[in-house]
Amino acid sequence: MKRPRVDTEANHRKLTRRAALLGGAQLLFVGALGARMQFLQVDQADQFRLLAEENRINVRLIPPARGEVFDRNGIPLARNVPSYRIVVVREDAGDVENVISRLGKIVDLDAEELERAMAEIKRSPPFLPVTVADEVAWEDLSRVSVNAPALPGLTPEVGLSRVYPQGSDFAHVLGYVGPVSDYDLERIEDPDQLLRIPRFQIGKVGVEAKIEENLRGKAGARRVEVNASGRIMRELDRREGVAGSDLQLTIDAKLQSYVQARLAEESASAVVMDLESGDLVAIASAPTYDPNLFVRGISTKDYNALTSNTYRPLASKSVQGTYPPGSTFKMITAMAALEDGLIGPDETVYCPGHLEVANRKFHCWKRAGHGWVDLQNSLKQSCDVYYYDLALKVGIEKITAMANRFGLGERHDVPMSAVAKGLTPTKDWKASTHGQDWVIGDTVNASIGQGYMLASPLQLCVMTARLATGRSITPRLVKSVDGVEQPSGAGTSMGMNENNLRKMRRAMYSVVNDRGGTAYGSRIIEDAVRMAGKTGTSQVRNITAAERARGVTRNEDLPWERRDHALFVNFAPYDNPKYAVAVVVEHGGGGSKAAAPIARDVTLQALYSGEPPLESYPTKDRGRIREQQRVLRDMRPLANIPGSDQA
Amino acid sequence: MSYLEYNAKYVPVGPRKILYLNWPLALLLTAVAGVGFLMLYSVAGGSFSPWAEPQMKRFAMGFVLMMLVAMVPIWLWRNLAGVAFAGSLLLLLAVEFFGSVGMGAQRWIDLGFMRLQPSELTKVTLVMVLAAYYDWLPPHKKSHPFWVLIPVILILVPTFLVLRQPDLGTSILLMTAGGGLMFLAGVHWAYFAAVIASAGGLITAVFQSRGTDWQLLKDYQYRRIDTFLDPSSDPLGAGYHITQSQIALGSGGWTGRGFMQGTQSRLNFLPEKHTDFIFTTLAEEFGFVGAFSLLILYTLIIVFCVASALANKDRFSSLLTLGVALNFFLFFAVNMSMVMGLAPVVGVPLPLVSYGGSAMLVLMIAFGLTQSAHVHRPR
Repeated sequence: MKRPRVDTEANHRKLTRRAALLGGAQLLFVGALGARMQFLQVDQADQFRLLAEENRINVRLIPPARGEVFDRNGIPLARNVPSYRIVVVREDAGDVENVISRLGKIVDLDAEELERAMAEIKRSPPFLPVTVADEVAWEDLSRVSVNAPALPGLTPEVGLSRVYPQGSDFAHVLGYVGPVSDYDLERIEDPDQLLRIPRFQIGKVGVEAKIEENLRGKAGARRVEVNASGRIMRELDRREGVAGSDLQLTIDAKLQSYVQARLAEESASAVVMDLESGDLVAIASAPTYDPNLFVRGISTKDYNALTSNTYRPLASKSVQGTYPPGSTFKMITAMAALEDGLIGPDETVYCPGHLEVANRKFHCWKRAGHGWVDLQNSLKQSCDVYYYDLALKVGIEKITAMANRFGLGERHDVPMSAVAKGLTPTKDWKASTHGQDWVIGDTVNASIGQGYMLASPLQLCVMTARLATGRSITPRLVKSVDGVEQPSGAGTSMGMNENNLRKMRRAMYSVVNDRGGTAYGSRIIEDAVRMAGKTGTSQVRNITAAERARGVTRNEDLPWERRDHALFVNFAPYDNPKYAVAVVVEHGGGGSKAAAPIARDVTLQALYSGEPPLESYPTKDRGRIREQQRVLRDMRPLANIPGSDQA
Repeated sequence: MSYLEYNAKYVPVGPRKILYLNWPLALLLTAVAGVGFLMLYSVAGGSFSPWAEPQMKRFAMGFVLMMLVAMVPIWLWRNLAGVAFAGSLLLLLAVEFFGSVGMGAQRWIDLGFMRLQPSELTKVTLVMVLAAYYDWLPPHKKSHPFWVLIPVILILVPTFLVLRQPDLGTSILLMTAGGGLMFLAGVHWAYFAAVIASAGGLITAVFQSRGTDWQLLKDYQYRRIDTFLDPSSDPLGAGYHITQSQIALGSGGWTGRGFMQGTQSRLNFLPEKHTDFIFTTLAEEFGFVGAFSLLILYTLIIVFCVASALANKDRFSSLLTLGVALNFFLFFAVNMSMVMGLAPVVGVPLPLVSYGGSAMLVLMIAFGLTQSAHVHRPR
């Protein structure tokens, strides 16, 4: 078949037209591609380059060394010690199980830990190191190093782990550190990137938790190039972190250790405060526990033992426990009346053993009554009726106001966990929380530190310190941060009438030093260091009508948890007060019997900066005291460390 | 007997044919392939293995094949068009029954020494058969419905077979290239308007069918479309390809990070960095300048083909050359659009640059045909 030439020419022209059309469309598309290229690569280059860097560069944090903690004399309380662990890298090890079983022949491996490690090895990418053995002893480590050729993929690594050299003595003050939990992350707003490091340790309770920010330090960082699966290709640069601040506490480790030993296994607490600066030189709570257990990861058995103990070893009773202050509160009631001018110079009150208020009989602890008593005698013998009488004159508002001025009902700024606010009741408080009107009986109860009144041992100590100095002294626990002295808690004059204060101190002196005083048995006979104080015995149970009719039931006949709390507050020396002390023995019975002797021993120990001479004790007690001192010496390792008192 | 044969005496014969080759086109092809070698060398971390070396061998083989095809007179190829098309259809059917499954799709036949992707071959044979058809068809009949139906069937049969594999990208390319050829042949424009309108309808149908029993596409294809429409919705999952390739592209900037300095592809953030996404490596390492230069090279190839086609008075030769050029254009246009986030990720390689055997060989054969047309053009 032959085609006419014209036809093909016409055809070719049409083809050319169509080809031009299609070619034009193609060119347009190429133009669009070029424009897109320009948009992505030129206009948006900066943004994409940034995204690319995010892909490629990984910032790995370097954990900083945690700040260390020392006592006021430089004795270490919390340190970081190198701890060795053995890690395995799967891709280097080849046959992991074989390598680990060979390791097991050289080093004791914890079966539980090993199981966890094996699971982790299987889970994680082959190039990631996994810990097989933690807290490895130096000898074991060197054995591993020597056998390195037979143990491919295993490397020893060094880390820092927290150690509390004073063990249980500082458990309630320092607290402990532990790995960050999900709960911690939730609790902390805008958490530090450091907290995302696996097994990074932060303070959980106590000073460790409260001063976490200073102790933690700032993370260093390594910028590394990683590939898509996260393997590190090379390190680009490295910025070392800033170690956490070192802390110096106001605590005297030797005294603290003594107090802790003296409290022994009682459910008790004691606070010793320096009256010049407000420094807490000892703040102890018993029974206690070993914080080192928590750092390593406490076993369920040990933990259950701690939580099921009725004496609550985990509670920091010195700041967290609140108790009715009992008779130790009488100074406040008296001060309220004195400052109001309600007590005349020779005013006396007759105590028949009870006072009837609003058709209710309020008993004095001494059923037979004290007869005619003045201010000093009322405190010395702890006559309740005298204070009932004062309270009716003064009224609850003034008593509460006075209590607040002495630091009761105030949450003192101390970096410990769960510092309690206590309670100083007012009419409004009762109306809003109980929905009941304040009755006169409440005022009567409050006057002797019963009823709604609640205070912590720390608050009682501050109260005593303010009585002893007349200054609004506040407690201080941290002496310096990184060598920078923290503000003193010395405070300024409270503006009380000095005569009134002197009357109170004199009355407290007679409580301890005058025959017939409730704490006479716990007096100090060395004139230079005589102390003044006040006993307290606070009821923890509601007194039933039957009991009230019977008077007082003997404490010893009650089960432990229903017995009275024993309290004692004091300051010493009387002439030139240096320390204030508060001791609370939970359910210890009478303050004079259970709390005062502890307070006396602690006071002497503080005043003599060590074991006091036997001459400061009453002659008939010396034999017993000598034996007690010997026992306590043996209990306290610190007392036997030569040179441990160096500054 | 076509018009061509009357002038055959002017056609060069013997080894002299080599002088009459479209050398600029051959050089451009070599340049593009060279870019490919460079990039494959780079993504392998500065190594000829595993990609650059086999690719060079294949290109050499492809180049020789192109020459051989070019030496054969174009009318012989025209006479073989029908056979070649039938052969490729048979191969497509063979894939349906004996093909290997890779990456969730059944695409190739293992011939022992190479993996043959019949869908690639079909792209060329379809162009051949359509060009031969319109060369044969008297021009006044070309818009007659019956004579339009025949090429439509010729296009739809392989398209359907490829879609079954499933290979959405290639089937779209086949259909577009076939349609383009019909357009070039001069079929009345109203047909195209009708097809475009019904394609709109089909797209609607595809989306309507989702989640029903008669679902037209596989789930992964729907997901790809979804992530194309909003890649940021799933940056680590289905949208990973697009997001990461845009990051790599964009981070290249004006002049790029420099040869072998691309971080994104070398650190494995990009999947299939040596095949479909190789353009991102180029764009990252040589920046806008490099990427745009490649685009210019590609465009020049098209320009030379079109020029050769329009200068050729033989109808089969013109249509064939234009068809090959259109195919080639669709290849790189779809790949670049996909990598730059202008089109869904459909799995189309970058021609001559991406690592891959049969695609490269088939392309070289196709260019061999255009060379043959060029050499044997009526003078």
